[in-house]
Amino acid sequence: MEFLVASAIGLLTAAGIYLVLRLRTFPVIIGTSLLTYAVNVFLFASGRLTVGAPPILRAGVDSYTDPLPQALVLTAIVISFGMTAVVVVIALGAYLGSDDDHVNDAPEEEGTP
Amino acid sequence: MTHWIVAPVVLPAMLAAFIVLVVRFHINLARVFSVAGTLALLGISAGLAWQVSDGSVGLYQLGDWAAPFGIVLVADRLSTMMILLTSVLAVLVLLYAIGSGWDKRGQHFHALYQFQLMGIMGAFLTGDVFNLFVFFEVLLIASYGLMIHAGGNARLRAGTQYVLYNLLGSTLFLFALGAIYAETGTLNMADLAVRVAEIDPANSTGIRVAAVLLLMVFAIKAAVAPLHFWLPSSYSEAPAPVAALFGIMTKVGAYAIIRIYTMVFPPELETTGGLFGTWLLPVALIGLLIGMTGVLGAKRLDRLVAFSVIGSMGMLMTAVALFTPAGISAALYYVIHSTLATAALFLIVDLVRSGRGEAGVGLSAAMPVTGGAVIAAMFFVAAIAMAGLPPLSGFIGKLLVLQASFASPLVWWAWAVILGSSLVAVVGFSRAGSLVFWKAHQVAGEAEDETSPEDNRGAHEAHDPARRIPVLELAAIGGLIALLVAHTVLAGPVMRYMETTTAQLFAPQPYIDTVLNTPGKDLSNAKGKFDDYEKDAGYGEPADGEAGAGYGDSDAEAADAGASDRDTGSADASEPAAEGGN
Repeated sequence: MEFLVASAIGLLTAAGIYLVLRLRTFPVIIGTSLLTYAVNVFLFASGRLTVGAPPILRAGVDSYTDPLPQALVLTAIVISFGMTAVVVVIALGAYLGSDDDHVNDAPEEEGTP
Repeated sequence: MTHWIVAPVVLPAMLAAFIVLVVRFHINLARVFSVAGTLALLGISAGLAWQVSDGSVGLYQLGDWAAPFGIVLVADRLSTMMILLTSVLAVLVLLYAIGSGWDKRGQHFHALYQFQLMGIMGAFLTGDVFNLFVFFEVLLIASYGLMIHAGGNARLRAGTQYVLYNLLGSTLFLFALGAIYAETGTLNMADLAVRVAEIDPANSTGIRVAAVLLLMVFAIKAAVAPLHFWLPSSYSEAPAPVAALFGIMTKVGAYAIIRIYTMVFPPELETTGGLFGTWLLPVALIGLLIGMTGVLGAKRLDRLVAFSVIGSMGMLMTAVALFTPAGISAALYYVIHSTLATAALFLIVDLVRSGRGEAGVGLSAAMPVTGGAVIAAMFFVAAIAMAGLPPLSGFIGKLLVLQASFASPLVWWAWAVILGSSLVAVVGFSRAGSLVFWKAHQVAGEAEDETSPEDNRGAHEAHDPARRIPVLELAAIGGLIALLVAHTVLAGPVMRYMETTTAQLFAPQPYIDTVLNTPGKDLSNAKGKFDDYEKDAGYGEPADGEAGAGYGDSDAEAADAGASDRDTGSADASEPAAEGGN
């Protein structure tokens, strides 16, 4: 299972970074989404992988899973969802305004006020 | 008294919600509330700074939960100094935004401004790394809104770059936090400091990776050399008051580096040793060089200022990367100087932009700026400060950095780069200043030669008589420059304060003790409640004796909701319903 989770994180990250380097807004946004999925799984795994155990530590419970990464992942999901929504709106605005979805500066635009 | 520590976070948050919900259609009311709130923030910050200036560490436990489990806000000398700097800057920049009418050019300026302040204040005050991430996100999401305030294609485009870059930075931050948590099992800074020190250096791959990842995240925020590409476009396209406020955001990155790498990964720690001497110092010097070269090469005044921000962050990180007490004190002195000088320059550039009409901020000879003499004088003073010429604080800051760099093996490199880049910056600023403010009179002279050869200057000072004198704007910039002058004149007392602040940073034991040894809420009663709750819910084995102490046995059969409500005594109404359900 460790191997599966690790390769899932690795694949998602690799695909995400590849897409981010495409420098057009749509692939870049998909790429950042993949990266946030990767980081969510990674955060989840940072509390060690345990299957079928309660997230509770008390007398008499020997096998438990760490609840904190789950809370962290929840926060991370909410934040990254919100951020993705914001970037989609801004990127759409930029695309509709200039009819161009490249992320980098167009070189001829520089230097003119 | 300790509740005041949370006030700098709560006040802007409440005020922002109030502004967006109640006074969104009344710009004057929003202005009044925004200014009043920012002034109150200034008062609170000053009070907090005064309170901890004796070297004590103020602690606020959110929800009264004790430290490694609950989230804490910590006010020590460094964080109160930073919140004081932020609120001083916030007041002046807000005055400028109101005076220049920037706040009317789009929706929700004041609400976003307050949210931004909330995020910055929280980032400076928090004592928990995950909470630092959350406050980073708060300040970033507010900054996205502010960055594209008033719209426009160029701005939206720069905004997209800015948001995407920071989104990647946030992802990296989460990777770093996950790695730290996997290695240490805690995210509280004080607790981390204790646990990281216990890690065996022979078996420390994970924590070393985490330390480097975290450094990269903060380096993105602080615009350190290879990670600075987001800055020039976003700062030059952002509305001027926003760019001026963003001046403090790069400092948030620098603050986080100083905080985490003096306490959690201190320089004497064997595990992460060599991180700064080998990596951070050279890239900081490269950043300084790139920034000041950009000042010389910029074709627009606003990009010039943006590059000078990169340069000054390079100087700041050079001082930080030395990681000696002298280096950190010099860095702290430079933080204040750099924030004020950056803000002043961005605001002056905005006055030039609105005063020059067609020519905008392009570095070309055009007609003189309306009200040119005053603006030119202020640009002169701010440029001297930024380039680090005597007599202003930039020069003192540079001297301090040069002096501190004697301890480093790269001392000759540091001297060469700092002095060389200063020369380049002086040339860049004087070229820009002459083109915009002096050559203008020549242009005006040529244009008017036929009609009125006598006194062209006087005629051109007022070529747009309808334009009012920008009193509030000039007052805001004048305030920033006055603070720069005060920072120079009072350099001795300020440096003494910085040295004691640094001493506190390099002896973090009182901080750690305060955070970890302050008792939180009394959990001895709660334990019984939790056991009882679990018994009702059917978890595990029966609780041990003390569990049932508080409650009647038959009532304990009530539904979970009823039971927990009764424990707090808050929601009596739900109890009959729960029993009815049974």
